[in-house]
Amino acid sequence: MIRPDANVLLEIRGLHARVEDKAILKGVNLTLRAGEIHAVMGRNGSGKSTLSKVLAGHPAYTVTAGTVTYRGANLLELSPEERARVGVFLGFQYPVEIPGVSNLEFLRVATNARRVQLGQEELDTFAFEDLVRERLTVVQMDPAFLDRSVNEGFSGGEKKRNEILQMALLEPLVAILDETDSGLDIDALRIVAAGVSQLATADTATLLITHYQRLLEAITPDFVHVMAAGRILRTGGRELALELEERGYDWVDQELAALELG
Amino acid sequence: MTTAASVGDLVSQPYKYGFVTDIETEKIAKGLSEDVVRLISAKKDEPDFLLQFRLRAYRQWLQMETPDWAALGYPPIDFQNIIYYAAPKQRDKKASLDEVDPKLLETFDKLGIPLSEQKRLTNVAVDAVFDSVSIATTYKEKLAEHGVIFCSISEAVKEHPELIERYLGTVVPSNDNYYSALNSAVFSDGSFVFIPKGVECPMELSTYFRINSGDTGQFERTLIVAEEGASVSYLEGCTAPMFDTNQLHAAVVELVALDDASIKYSTVQNWYAGDEHGVGGIYNFVTKRGHCRGDRSKISWTQVETGSAITWKYPSCVLQGADSVGEFYSVALTNNHQQADTGSKMVHVGPRTRSTIVSKGISAGHSANSYRGLVQIGPKAVGARNYSQCDSMLIGDQAAANTYPYIRSQQPLASVEHEASTCRMSEDQLFYLQSRGIAFEEAVSMMVSGFCRDVFNQLPMEFAAEADKLLALKLEGSVG
Repeated sequence: MIRPDANVLLEIRGLHARVEDKAILKGVNLTLRAGEIHAVMGRNGSGKSTLSKVLAGHPAYTVTAGTVTYRGANLLELSPEERARVGVFLGFQYPVEIPGVSNLEFLRVATNARRVQLGQEELDTFAFEDLVRERLTVVQMDPAFLDRSVNEGFSGGEKKRNEILQMALLEPLVAILDETDSGLDIDALRIVAAGVSQLATADTATLLITHYQRLLEAITPDFVHVMAAGRILRTGGRELALELEERGYDWVDQELAALELG
Repeated sequence: MTTAASVGDLVSQPYKYGFVTDIETEKIAKGLSEDVVRLISAKKDEPDFLLQFRLRAYRQWLQMETPDWAALGYPPIDFQNIIYYAAPKQRDKKASLDEVDPKLLETFDKLGIPLSEQKRLTNVAVDAVFDSVSIATTYKEKLAEHGVIFCSISEAVKEHPELIERYLGTVVPSNDNYYSALNSAVFSDGSFVFIPKGVECPMELSTYFRINSGDTGQFERTLIVAEEGASVSYLEGCTAPMFDTNQLHAAVVELVALDDASIKYSTVQNWYAGDEHGVGGIYNFVTKRGHCRGDRSKISWTQVETGSAITWKYPSCVLQGADSVGEFYSVALTNNHQQADTGSKMVHVGPRTRSTIVSKGISAGHSANSYRGLVQIGPKAVGARNYSQCDSMLIGDQAAANTYPYIRSQQPLASVEHEASTCRMSEDQLFYLQSRGIAFEEAVSMMVSGFCRDVFNQLPMEFAAEADKLLALKLEGSVG
């Protein structure tokens, strides 16, 4: 839903970042307003996953130039945990397994960290059970997964559902979902997409990072951005995704080459 | 679970037990000889059988060589450069704590082990050992009402010589190994526990070992006997000041369980580990063994090893009685330049004996952490069963973890299972937890306690939380 007067939640200006000595982001500009769903598309290696990691504060990435403003404040100054607590959420492409750490306990600690930030009361184990059981319906997840270790032995689809469950519990204002569709069969994709749609409200912004437009059939984006060589090359509406699907990414390379020559 | 705030509190004091108590100490000259052995025995006014025990051990020790099979590297120890007896100057131990030097009470207060009547831990009786001697034992009278003897071993030698003579050295013979021989020759103090037939010890028993003097070795001796149907839970804790020299700690612990008796022995070892460059720290060479002498007896070892520059320790069970049970639960954490070679031995002698080994090794920094374990099934151990699980967690990319399981079975109708795994605490796992609002220290603590849960569940409740905090503290700054 596009409302030009809606609040800007996240503003990225001229963002450059590198991992080790390799420059990956080379001047990204992007504005997310409340109520909007954005899709960033691009080939592998275009920098789209890096963008999501930089926004979440992954220590392996160094920002070399540019700004990221979240609700008027400098996001880059915050530690990863502070970013999560103030309402920036990253759904991982490959959620890691954490043996020995109970999923339920992990979800509770994470939820309480966000609640404390919001000035809400921390939930004890009983109150949290009630909340988590209610939120499980968003992703139609089996409660048995709560008693296991975080992501341990979960299938690809179960891991992604667990990500969306975390999003449902943390209620972020900006959700960045990195290739949430990868590794999902068609049923799982539908469930995850329905969950994401349900959580996208007039007060939140969603940034979908995806390679294929398949996810965008289930979640309709307001904006589609094409990323290449660490920049956003083109921005359009829903039709841009269809164009990419039809023509492939080759024209992006040509456009990029023209740009670099020019 | 440890909260981020409490980890933060702890972090400001990397090793908070590193202080030295300024107290006048009676020390003998450095070095070891037959005269020194006689001198120690004379100072303690020991009966002749004990002097002979010491002299025999000393002569055996002279014939032995330092063991070199462990995966440990350290320069040779100069045994003539160690003081074998150091005691805070005070009159002979008295029944009343009022007569104990307040400085000593204060020291144990600072260590979180209040000894005075008003402040002592509820439901935990404590024997406090300072350098070479025991300075106080709490709740003795209350325990005596149940027939339980809990005192320093020196006191036991005087008051219950027949028990000492009957049991001392029967589980760990003095010539068992180099360090047990050394200990048998020069041991100065330690704890003695005797639980008579049919008595369930009404409180937790605990000994707290404190090394204070810089150039002194500590050679303590602990003996626990549980008669038929008796049971006891015992915990030892240890700390030492920070010195830039290495100190030797060579203890021997013997447990005897008769028919239907059960002994649970827990250790939270936090000797000074040396600094981040590996300078200083305790050399911890310990022989611990339990003898399930009676049928259906049970001995359970739980250890949380976080300190010492070097740890060489294999708490073991000899399962002689039919249907007896041995257990070993261990968390060994090494950081910086610490080295640990630790594990267990389960010797199945009697029929249908059962044993369980759960070992969790965590290696961070430049440390090396080895599990070494032996499961031996003798020819008469029909239907014996063992289950071993050895998990290692690596933190960072400079640490080493090794597993050396030895299995010997002479009994075809026995079953032995061994499982092992190695994992790494990765930056990505930590980032994942952080990206959900969980602070870095808490993320580390969550992962470590998750990894160690099977072992922490075995600790007496009062100490499980303590162990959790201790690990979080030890790992500060070692990740990322």
